[in-house]
Amino acid sequence: MSEPTEPTGTNGTAGPADGAGRHVRVVLVDDHRMFRTGVQAEIGQTDQTGVEVIGEAADVDQAVTVITATRPEVVLLDVHLPGGGGVEVLRRCAPLMGDTEQPVRFLALSVSDAADDVIGVIRGGARGYVTKTITGTDLIDSIFRVQEGDAVFSPRLAGFVLDAFASTDAPPVDEDLDRLTQREREVLRLIARGYAYKEIAKQLFISVKTVESHVSAVLRKLQLSNRHELTRWATARRLV
Amino acid sequence: MSEAAAAPLVEPRPPRKLYRSGDGRWLGGVARGLAGHLGLPVIWVRLVFVGLFMADGLGALLYAAFWFFVPLGVGGVDAQKPPPLVGTETSPDGRRRLVTRRPDKGQIVALLLMVVVAMGFVGSVDTSNGAKAYLWPTVLVGAGVALVWRQADNARRARWVEVGSRRRTVTLLRGGAGVLLVTAGVSGIFVLRGSGTHLASVLQAALAVLVGITLLAGPYLVRMTQDLSEERLMRIRAQERAEVAAHVHDSVLHTLTLIQRNAESPGEVRRLARAQERDLRTWLYKPEGTGKDEEEEPTTLADAVRRNAAEVEDKHGVPIEVVVVGDCPLDEKTGPQMQAAREAMVNAAKYGGEGGAVQVYAEVEGRTVFVSVRDRGPGFDLDSIPADRMGVRESIIGRMERNGGTARLRAVPDGGTEVELEMERAENTT
Repeated sequence: MSEPTEPTGTNGTAGPADGAGRHVRVVLVDDHRMFRTGVQAEIGQTDQTGVEVIGEAADVDQAVTVITATRPEVVLLDVHLPGGGGVEVLRRCAPLMGDTEQPVRFLALSVSDAADDVIGVIRGGARGYVTKTITGTDLIDSIFRVQEGDAVFSPRLAGFVLDAFASTDAPPVDEDLDRLTQREREVLRLIARGYAYKEIAKQLFISVKTVESHVSAVLRKLQLSNRHELTRWATARRLV
Repeated sequence: MSEAAAAPLVEPRPPRKLYRSGDGRWLGGVARGLAGHLGLPVIWVRLVFVGLFMADGLGALLYAAFWFFVPLGVGGVDAQKPPPLVGTETSPDGRRRLVTRRPDKGQIVALLLMVVVAMGFVGSVDTSNGAKAYLWPTVLVGAGVALVWRQADNARRARWVEVGSRRRTVTLLRGGAGVLLVTAGVSGIFVLRGSGTHLASVLQAALAVLVGITLLAGPYLVRMTQDLSEERLMRIRAQERAEVAAHVHDSVLHTLTLIQRNAESPGEVRRLARAQERDLRTWLYKPEGTGKDEEEEPTTLADAVRRNAAEVEDKHGVPIEVVVVGDCPLDEKTGPQMQAAREAMVNAAKYGGEGGAVQVYAEVEGRTVFVSVRDRGPGFDLDSIPADRMGVRESIIGRMERNGGTARLRAVPDGGTEVELEMERAENTT
């Protein structure tokens, strides 16, 4: 089943998940059957949530096969997978991500607390990262956000990114990619403090759209920055 | 009533096996091991050996035989009694802690004693037909062999007692010294046999033989040591796994049992699950030996924030999400800030907990430490703080201001309350 869906455009403000007129095709990749079942039960009521789970996979090879065959819009990807982890899936699905017609987008899910795991999948091409403790409503929101091409940052990821881009003595290789702007830093701080995009917009007197573009810019820097030790800085940030 | 029933319960003692004692020994641990086995004071056993030594060196032979055949163990005299002159400390469960051992004074003492006794021995030997001349080399060889054996013991001992790397050099030195002594002794014997003129050629021949043996046996030896070290690595890994498993399995099973029992109260179930999750995360993602023990006082800001959040979470049953950016040691300024932050967390959990998780954010940026605590509860009007929240003024705002920081409470537009605490770190910290 692969009817091309209408691109939803970027109306940006993802409201509460009411499923009204929204539809997204999703593949679940997680090696824990119990977790897949749980997520399926929580978000898979297509008529209410607009989320349609069209495939599941439990390891890297399966995931690549299923994703290639079903061409979902969003893949919920577990960071820890047998066969090389989420990063390996991202590596092997790179052509699908770059597809201009109908790109497959990835949202990383994990229980991990390790910065290198998290930053690793983002650098591998995932559009965001959420912890598995996320509520169903928030998860649905995140899925639609990713479908629209935006980035999804959990507070924890925001914290890691702030650590990674913290002012170090190392001179930036590329001014545009290796530094966060003041505004981006402010946005990340508010995300780390548990603010929703709407609240951030109010707080900084900017539009939600602008918040989203800041977050996307940060994501791009995270993926393209040549500071290879990003994760090392994030994990081993010395006492300042 | 039989007498047996009236008698105090005596635990059946396990059959005692003879081991050489690994702790607090002077030389090979033979005396301590024997003393432990026979239930006598060590000093008696040692005296007997010395006495026997005077009897034509019988003691030395006996001792050597014991040393050679009796396995090294951790038996011997009860550990509570500190061994004389020797300070070895082994923590019973040297878990992840390097066992610090003071250098063995006992060895020096033992060597001195041996020299003294040897002198006596030499004096007592019948000095006919030049046997005396061979004595010194023999003594040298004996001392060298003793040293090397002792070293081998240590190597074996290191398997269950972790030894710091600085002892590595001592190990090498000892082994080297032993080999030197033996070589000197053997050469001495050669020289005495009147083949001093041939000494060079004999040494050359010996060297050739040694090289040949090394070439032949070398690969096997190397492979054997590699296999051994690999096997040791596997064992250490297995131990590590077993330790984690023991800890984790126990507490997880325990929690699951409790969850089943408390299935009717969702709040309690949530609290139990969160606590277990935290515990597990600490085990899985924390670097080696940091904050794994609940008892340790936190010394850094990140640890303190997480600890406080965990305690408040457990007490009030409201999930608290913590994000920390950067870190710094706690000082007299940030200490009070942590207390204020804790108060803020308690308030958030008490009054704003029904709105979902409380979000705590702490950031160290240069000299400034910033902490925010936000809840998504009903919020409150700051101008009309109800009586039951007077604590806020004193315990949060007052505390911060007394220590030279600032505290701001504000109602978040979309519901909820946010407390922002800012503090400059103390000057004397780096």
